[in-house]
Amino acid sequence: MNFLDTWVLTLITFVPLIGSIVVMLIPATNTELMKRFSVIWSLIPLVLSVWLAADYWAKFLASGQAVMAYELKVAWIPALGVNYHVGADGFSVPLIFLTALLTTLGLYYSARTIKHRVKEFFALFLFLATGMFGVFVALDLVLFYVFWEIGLVPMYFMIGIWGQEKDRPQYSAIKFFLYTLAGSVFMLLAIIGVYLDKGTFDILVAAQNGGVWTTAPLLAALSFWAFFVAFAIKVPSFPFHTWLPDAHTAAPTAGSVILAGILLKLGAYGFLRILLPLFPGPAAQYGLIIAVLGVIGIVYGALVSLAQTDLKRLIAYSSVSHMGYVMLGVGAAAWALNQTKTPELLNSAAMALNGASLQMFMHGIITGALFFLVGVIYERAHTRDLEKFGGLSGLTPAFYATMMFAGFASLGLPGLAGFWAEFFTFRGAFAIVPVLALIGVIGVVITAAYILYRVIQNVFLGKYDASKIIHWTTVSGHHSDGPTDMERFEKVTLWPLVALMIILGIFPTLVLVYFNAAAVNLLNNLF
Amino acid sequence: MNALAVVRLLAPELILTVTGLAVLVVDLVTRPREDARPAAITALVGLAAALVATLALVFTAAGTVVATTMVVDPYGLFFKAAAIIGVGLVVLASINFMAGRSRYLGEFYALLVFAALAIAVTVSATNLLLVYLGIEFLSITSYILTGFLREDKRSEEAAMKYFLYGATSGAVLLYGISLLYGATGSLDLTAIGQIFTATATNLYLGLAAIVLLLVGFGFKASLVPFHQWAPDTYDGAPTPVTAFLSTASKAAGFAVAGRVFVTALPAFASSWTLFLTVIAILTMSLGNLVALKQTSVKRMLAYSSIAQAGYIVMGLAAINTTVPFDGVSGLLIYIFAYLFTNVGAFLTVAAVEKQTGAVDYPAFGGLIRRAPGLALMMTVFLLSLAGIPPTGGFLGKFFVFGAAVNQGLLTLAAVAAVNAVIAAFYYLNVVRYMFFIEAGDAGQVRVSPGLQTVLVISTVMVLVMGILAQPFITWATQSVTMVLAMGY
Repeated sequence: MNFLDTWVLTLITFVPLIGSIVVMLIPATNTELMKRFSVIWSLIPLVLSVWLAADYWAKFLASGQAVMAYELKVAWIPALGVNYHVGADGFSVPLIFLTALLTTLGLYYSARTIKHRVKEFFALFLFLATGMFGVFVALDLVLFYVFWEIGLVPMYFMIGIWGQEKDRPQYSAIKFFLYTLAGSVFMLLAIIGVYLDKGTFDILVAAQNGGVWTTAPLLAALSFWAFFVAFAIKVPSFPFHTWLPDAHTAAPTAGSVILAGILLKLGAYGFLRILLPLFPGPAAQYGLIIAVLGVIGIVYGALVSLAQTDLKRLIAYSSVSHMGYVMLGVGAAAWALNQTKTPELLNSAAMALNGASLQMFMHGIITGALFFLVGVIYERAHTRDLEKFGGLSGLTPAFYATMMFAGFASLGLPGLAGFWAEFFTFRGAFAIVPVLALIGVIGVVITAAYILYRVIQNVFLGKYDASKIIHWTTVSGHHSDGPTDMERFEKVTLWPLVALMIILGIFPTLVLVYFNAAAVNLLNNLF
Repeated sequence: MNALAVVRLLAPELILTVTGLAVLVVDLVTRPREDARPAAITALVGLAAALVATLALVFTAAGTVVATTMVVDPYGLFFKAAAIIGVGLVVLASINFMAGRSRYLGEFYALLVFAALAIAVTVSATNLLLVYLGIEFLSITSYILTGFLREDKRSEEAAMKYFLYGATSGAVLLYGISLLYGATGSLDLTAIGQIFTATATNLYLGLAAIVLLLVGFGFKASLVPFHQWAPDTYDGAPTPVTAFLSTASKAAGFAVAGRVFVTALPAFASSWTLFLTVIAILTMSLGNLVALKQTSVKRMLAYSSIAQAGYIVMGLAAINTTVPFDGVSGLLIYIFAYLFTNVGAFLTVAAVEKQTGAVDYPAFGGLIRRAPGLALMMTVFLLSLAGIPPTGGFLGKFFVFGAAVNQGLLTLAAVAAVNAVIAAFYYLNVVRYMFFIEAGDAGQVRVSPGLQTVLVISTVMVLVMGILAQPFITWATQSVTMVLAMGY
């Protein structure tokens, strides 16, 4: 065991926290130093996460193993048997990379666009990263809960402080906080229940011998639903999604990116890391409900997106729709546990889980890019009203091209990243819940409608009418006579994401290999 | 037992007595200079000595009975330490806050020390008569402290209300004690416990006594429906006194309730746990719902203190014998975390009040600009009150929730969980004012060094309890072992 194998996850998790403290100590007047330091500092977890992904692939995936690796287990509260237990497997490794990437890009983008209360913003952003990494590496339920809750606080501040007045930031911030908290306090009770049944808070140990409360169906069901609701609120699944459009709309650009790109994945990750392994019985029993909620989310979210006139709100609702695929995939896989177990069924369940986890990753990249793109236009036009745009394609070609890539990836065009996630989800779900999958496909059609009609056509095509938006500025806030194209820092932020969309569209295996190993491993344990 | 051993075992009480008297003497000597600082420093030195004496006993305490009515055991020592720390913090914070508000500040500090003494006596009493005397002693010092700002009508009103409720509930408590005496012929807690367990006679008398005792203890701990005095008293009392009343004084109520119920009335456990469950649900729900509607931060914290008492009493309601979720440990952990959290929160209010003269929400507007340190520390306190990790408040909630689930009180646990969400709303409302709302023309808030020290200590303790919880859990679980073994 060398140094990095033991400490890499701890470093990734706590390096941002140290950065956050350093930012707070930098003199208030030196905002430039804070910005530079934050961006450069955030490269440390990014580099480590790339190393992590490469190392995990070389050591384990290349030889066909899907193990929990980089584990570190130190007694934290011995009186309760709570350990600082971290580790990473195929589910967490790609998500850690995604978190690190979006954190760096978010900080880099914000270095130019955040102009007031700079110190607080960068300190909170780094602090938030610690919370998110922590959830993805935690293998102890108490540790998981602590990180889960820690992430709430900085995001609450981000929405409340840097939100635009007309988006009701204070209302959105508290709504976000209370929704998540409402789910998580019941999760806390269920976590205590796990301890009372299994005598441990360790996620891996609790998953052994068929999971938790195997002899007490009522308690098993109650615990299952407590965890489920906590995660479903975060995902967010219909009908717990109403906090999302408000929070996303009010948050500053980089905040929305993190919110959509990572925070939603925390809930989906909870399904894979805790819900299915710890409660295979109830999961099999109620899998269909998860899948139904997922399909409702897909169709309903897409329909509501179609009706939006605010570009950011539209993207926000599209997240409800797209996270529905994750629910559908997870639900289908869970429901498969309930049926006659054949190799074909296992295969389909694995496909569904692969689709769900791919969707987590792809959605993070695509929606991250879309929210950055909303930021690009909003910083210039100071409105997001779709009715006021039109004909921007010729005036802002780089912006247009980037939006085309992100939009097409979002609607699942083959050759771009989003396609594979949808393909695997539906391929898996068709074999298990054919009717639901069929209804879900309607969502894909509506997605194409709102991306093409509402976004591309409304914003870029048609005739540019100079009278609709009176006051254009450049991204730095200077007056300009019309829309200006993306500047270099915006390209630097967005094009890595576009590159990933293309690369993963052609070689989805690059991430699929991680998720597949973990999904097959999970299902083998459950079947 | 020789006299020296008794002196050693009662060292905390003796030191506190001497300190209280010494403060009066120092005050007498320095009075002409109109400066209460020497008196306050004397009090602080004495409290520190008493704390050292208490902690020195913690590791050796074997439950020795002293003077036939007091016991020196880890349980009592835990609460003594908590009370002395709480009073110490309040004294330190009062130096600047109270300066110029009263001409009799020497007495103020002496009374605070005597209040600590009263708590020390109450929490170690094993005789119902001493329990009553201790509570009355504590009440009388508290009445005077509450009404200390004699020119302030609200302070006077607060003291009067507190006194009327206190006198009534004291009488009810005494009636309850007399019923227990009538039923068993003894005032000693252990003896009463043995008689009830051995012979199933006079059970109805016992049940009636429990209800009456609950009135007395519930008054001190501000449990619904014996809480009516609390909002006005907390609101009207000088803010440092409120910090004391809502933490150390309240802790005494819980400590004595725990000891009396567990030691003397284990035969009725199923009854009083049921009562306490209902009371817990009422207390937290009412406290939280009314707190939602407040326009003053101080009054909001007053109702929040009631709600918090509801969570604390969950521990006693869910009492059982499986470590670590035995309930009583949770109660102790919660109280210890709550002590620092609530003292910190009320004293932040005191700092803002000292500067602006107001305690309503707008007075906290833009505090992050006017006093960044204060705003950050207040955020820690509020998050701890809301039970967000990694704070001591989370640890406390974790343990009482754990006890409730462990004991199968799922309704209670669910109500508590819903309440935690409601509470987060109004706690974060203060955060909203501090961070999201512009300051307007309100000036900087300067914090005196004494208050600064208290706030920093409280913040550090709140975070340390959340992050390095182990020593506190061990201390709490060990403190209750002996008491639980004796009765329950």
